[in-house]
Amino acid sequence: MVRVKNAFMKCYLALVLLFLYAPIFVLIVLSFNDSRSRVTWGGFTLRWYGSLLSNRQILEALETTLFLGLGSAAAATVIGTLGAVGIQAMRKKGYRVVMSLTNIPILNADIVTGIALMLWFVRFIPLGFGSVMIAHITFNIPYVILSVMPKLKSLNLSIYEAARDLGAGGVYAFFHIVLPQIGSGILAGFFMALTMSMDDFVITYFTKGAGVNTLSTMIYGEIRKGIKPEMYALSTLLFAVIFVILLVFNALSGKGKNTEDVIERSR
Amino acid sequence: MKRKYFATPYIIWIVGFTVLPLIAIGASALTGDDGAFTWDNVLAIAEPINRQALFFSLAIAFGCTILCILLAYPAALFLKNFRFQRKGFTIFLLVLPMWMNFILRILAWQMILSKNGILNFLLAKFGASPLAISNTWIALMIGMVYDFLPYMILPIFNAISDIDEDLIEAARDLGAGGGEVFRKVIFPLSVPGMLSGIVMVFVPAMTSFVIADILGGGKLQLIGNIIEQEFMKSMNWHLGAGLSISLMVLVLVGLAFTLRNDMEDGGTAIW
Amino acid sequence: MGTNEKERDILELRNISKSFDGKKVLDDLSLSIGRNEFITLLGPSGCGKSTTLRIIGGFVRPDEGAVFFEGRDITNLAAEKRNVNTVFQKYSLFPHMNVEENIAFGLKLKKKSRAYIQDKIRYALKLVNLEGYEKRNTTALSGGQQQRIAIARAIVNEPEILLLDEPLGALDLKLRHDMQQELIRIKKEVGITFIYVTHDQEEALTMSDRIVVMNKGIIQQMGTSKSIYDEPQNAFVADFIGKSNIIDGVMPQDRVVEIRGVKIPCVDEGFAARESVDVVIRPEDLEIRPESEGFFAGQVVSVLFKGAYYEIKVRTESYEWVSQSVSAPPVGARVGLYVLPDNIQIMHKPKSEDAEIIRE
Repeated sequence: MVRVKNAFMKCYLALVLLFLYAPIFVLIVLSFNDSRSRVTWGGFTLRWYGSLLSNRQILEALETTLFLGLGSAAAATVIGTLGAVGIQAMRKKGYRVVMSLTNIPILNADIVTGIALMLWFVRFIPLGFGSVMIAHITFNIPYVILSVMPKLKSLNLSIYEAARDLGAGGVYAFFHIVLPQIGSGILAGFFMALTMSMDDFVITYFTKGAGVNTLSTMIYGEIRKGIKPEMYALSTLLFAVIFVILLVFNALSGKGKNTEDVIERSR
Repeated sequence: MKRKYFATPYIIWIVGFTVLPLIAIGASALTGDDGAFTWDNVLAIAEPINRQALFFSLAIAFGCTILCILLAYPAALFLKNFRFQRKGFTIFLLVLPMWMNFILRILAWQMILSKNGILNFLLAKFGASPLAISNTWIALMIGMVYDFLPYMILPIFNAISDIDEDLIEAARDLGAGGGEVFRKVIFPLSVPGMLSGIVMVFVPAMTSFVIADILGGGKLQLIGNIIEQEFMKSMNWHLGAGLSISLMVLVLVGLAFTLRNDMEDGGTAIW
Repeated sequence: MGTNEKERDILELRNISKSFDGKKVLDDLSLSIGRNEFITLLGPSGCGKSTTLRIIGGFVRPDEGAVFFEGRDITNLAAEKRNVNTVFQKYSLFPHMNVEENIAFGLKLKKKSRAYIQDKIRYALKLVNLEGYEKRNTTALSGGQQQRIAIARAIVNEPEILLLDEPLGALDLKLRHDMQQELIRIKKEVGITFIYVTHDQEEALTMSDRIVVMNKGIIQQMGTSKSIYDEPQNAFVADFIGKSNIIDGVMPQDRVVEIRGVKIPCVDEGFAARESVDVVIRPEDLEIRPESEGFFAGQVVSVLFKGAYYEIKVRTESYEWVSQSVSAPPVGARVGLYVLPDNIQIMHKPKSEDAEIIRE
């Protein structure tokens, strides 16, 4: 009985994972397809990976995407972490107001956020890389704050006050006492922001103006013309890199937890 | 320096790039091409073509949310039940697909579902008749459920795994069998996660335009597609802003109605 | 054991063994628990006391052995079908239910009538001194209040046995003392068997009819508070139950023990010639006398006032002794240490090396 139930659960989960990974599998296969057509299999090839290196347009879009992702994630992490620390010290009313405002970019539809930012930008700056960067920082900050806040809540804040009491300045106490304890939340916030930035299409689309292309907007522009096979190769590479990084990260951070689990269960 | 002043840069940023842009879109929505005040752009949502797109979007978003709950809840529950892997690994499996570009993934679905696509190829192999779902609302629905499913599984999974094992033991101790433990303890405690999931799925489903663009073959018009065209093709920004404001208000009112006071901490429950 | 005694037992654990991940947590444990007994499983963390409780509660299946409830084998009976209830260490109140709903949880499952449930809730809240708390939110209660609700929630189901898993562990000292008295009162009022798990020896000594001292999955000693305190059977028990002076010695003959070459009269006999033993002397039995009158001479290294007595540490050549006395010599004074023959406990050395390590 338990066995049947377990088998059923495993099958269900396998189907869900198949559903989530089917398109990824298709894209990876296409990156090795020796045919420009999307529907026919022309044999195995690595040539798209080779020609990728000489495709200036794609490499430029990749550069923009990475620069945008890392830059906006870093800026959002700094502003967001400081913000979270500050918000936590606020009185109830101020806290509520700021947290409601923080939720806006997350709850609001991307299309509305994108259009609102665009209509605001056109009043005083040209649309371009700068406007996209500001837009990305804007929608990234809330993710950092939401990652850092729970860590701050569980942090014993009296140790910050103890540090101040022992003569540490606010900035010193922050860097030496608070920061190390909320580090994992900050790191999670950074990666969240990076993911959101690199995955974003809609907000970039409305705020980029002409001339700037991220991988997403470039792909969107190519839908009608047909996607260049090099794009599949690049996406496969990016996916593989992230896969390896996350796997290693997961294996490293998991070791401690595993033994904790065992102890917890045998209690 | 007082600790709350750490938030100063962030507050400036919110005002500059969250509050003021919303005012800008409001101002644009409430003025005509001549710069005079008008309600026309906001009320344009009631015009037949827009209204139709709005209702279609509502229906699709509603269906997508329900389907996501139905698919995600058992998945989250089973993932928790198994304990065959660490929590981090489960989340890893669900987040990983997001690292393949989302538009490419939707395009891949187009290839899978199209008339001469992979699905029909496989069906033919097994002797089944081909499906003609390409460019229909069914394809659109599959694409949306695909894109938003992880956003439903994750918060539910988090809520369920956060339930203290002791609570389940306490319930059993007090005489609850497996079904009763689920009905009286696990399910009620997973509701906040489900509500986060609903927010994470319903809003983007309601306002998306890319998925309909690709999987609808240009024939299916969601309200998002209409707004996008006002901006990028018709260049009628005031009308586009008006429709956006109406859409935003509708969505927020709808959410407030669904979630009522359960929204407290709803945003943080996701991650 | 006579038949009468058999009938009185409500629960019997027979030859229970349990391992987690290859580590033996319980090793061939047997234990009988009488009706209406207040029995305490006492030991350091990891000694297997909580596992024993969880086996009784039905949350852990033993690898070997059986559990009998009123003579019936319940080893494989699911937790929800057992007529025992647990008060958990972390209270484990359902956060989505108010006080009343928490208490009614078990009764509703048993499909009791509304009137019956209301009656029971009122009775239980009165029992734990929280009348009028029916509609309160459990998460807003203090730790002590939450624990009272947890007790009420278990009691209303009229279990034959109440299991308490370090229920006072999370409370502060003052509250813990109050709750100890409360628990004793509640136990008297409801008249059921309490099986209590704790690592706090003082708590065990205060509350229990009988104490089971455990270590490394093995019962070290069973008995009343008094017998455990006065006559510990091995060094582990002596050490765990309060502070003691435990010194290596040998028995040159009956009624004489030799410590570091000093022969001291005692009342123990029946040891092998020159058998190595552990000698236990309680701090309150170690008398401070003028230097010339003691068995050992040493120097006072510290004096701590403990309210009712002084705790005095005296260093001799080979050992640092602890003594309790109502008067204290000045620090640095040379004193003699004396003990009456009656107050010396001689114990066989433990056979396993494990037990030896514990003493460190």
